Amino acid sequence: MKKMIARDLVIVGGGPAGLAAALTAYEAGVKDILLLERDQYLGGILNQCIHPGFGLQYFKEELTGPQYAERFIEKIMGIKEIEISLKSLVVHLTKKKELTYIKPGTMQTVAAKTLIMGTGCRERTREMIRIPGTRPAGIFPAGLAQKLINIEGLLPGREVVIIGSGDIGLIMARRFTLEGAHVKAVIEIQKESRGLIRNVAQCLDDFNLPLYLQHKILKIHGKDRVEKVTVAEVDDEFQEISGTRFELACDTVLVSVGLIPENELIEMAGVVMDEKTNTPESGELNTTSIPGLWVCGNAYKIYDVVDGVTRDSAQAGKLAAEYLRNLP
Amino acid sequence: MIKKITCIACPQGCPLTVEIEQGRVSKVGGNKCPKGEEYAKQEIENPQRILTSAILTQGLHLKMAPVRTNKPIPKNKIFAAMSEIKKLRLDRPVRVEEVIIEDFMKLGVDLIATRTVE
Repeated sequence: MKKMIARDLVIVGGGPAGLAAALTAYEAGVKDILLLERDQYLGGILNQCIHPGFGLQYFKEELTGPQYAERFIEKIMGIKEIEISLKSLVVHLTKKKELTYIKPGTMQTVAAKTLIMGTGCRERTREMIRIPGTRPAGIFPAGLAQKLINIEGLLPGREVVIIGSGDIGLIMARRFTLEGAHVKAVIEIQKESRGLIRNVAQCLDDFNLPLYLQHKILKIHGKDRVEKVTVAEVDDEFQEISGTRFELACDTVLVSVGLIPENELIEMAGVVMDEKTNTPESGELNTTSIPGLWVCGNAYKIYDVVDGVTRDSAQAGKLAAEYLRNLP
Repeated sequence: MIKKITCIACPQGCPLTVEIEQGRVSKVGGNKCPKGEEYAKQEIENPQRILTSAILTQGLHLKMAPVRTNKPIPKNKIFAAMSEIKKLRLDRPVRVEEVIIEDFMKLGVDLIATRTVE
């Protein structure tokens, strides 16, 4: 049987979490690091976050997402002990920290002495908040719309209603407006915005975009393409207040109703999970029920700002270095 | 006159109470740091924003090159600046933070790349 390659440290995910963990682990003495990234570039979701607001805590200056990412990527690229493997999707993980990943033309398995998961999160979808209606084209998670505009150069629609006032939804309200689309409303079921208050100010108020608090979408209409939505005001139990219904014509609905950590791999490996949050049950920061396996960044918990991801993920790198030093 | 605004200088988003006399800020309250006072003065007397967008490339490995103004520009120039940005095509490789257009629209700011595009 072919002998499995063993690595001191394997990191899954080349976004801000994985990058910070890799750098800190290297600085703490780990000299054999494999970083697996499924996309064709490092940087993760930062690449599509072209708006400013990043780095105020960590770099003491206001950067955009790609700038923030590139500061770490430049450092990593100069360190030969950190092997970067792009287009590498991990498909299997065992309790013994053996990972299988596919890469165009090949499938490989490595045994990790220590493993750090920086796999980020996914967007919650329309299906998860159970909005009735048809299933026409034109309904996008807000982050997907962000990728289409900022990376692919495509404008997904011209008359936009946004469900939920999460930060990505607010950022996209401004982005669509700058691109000449008409953002008709942001609909939020809660009494307050879910996003940062500064994003309400600079993304909605700056452009006089209306935020409907304590409102919900009752139905999405449209055959091939979204045509309109029905909206109503709700009471404290989120029930429709009668007589408050109105309709908004639109060709696009963005859904910005929160994020879920992406942790299928550690679940597969048998890590004890908190099912409510889809995160590992954890005592100290980044730790899991499997020794030598840490989770960091948005996979560990959802962060408001990336600076916090960098700070906390660095801790995972330190923990891995310490664990390796104590191995017999 | 008293105006309530939200500070956007950092993610804390302090609620600011700004006293204005004849178009000038005379007192700022509610800020947790000096940036709040600076922001309130700027916002009332000459509101400005950093503008970020992305421009189409030709013959490069990314379809869109993200860009920003290196300094804030007047708020009322934002849409004019967007139409200029939409006309641009980037056909040469750029390094992150490399200037794409110097003194963009004569606003005294540079339009810079925010990602290395080869």
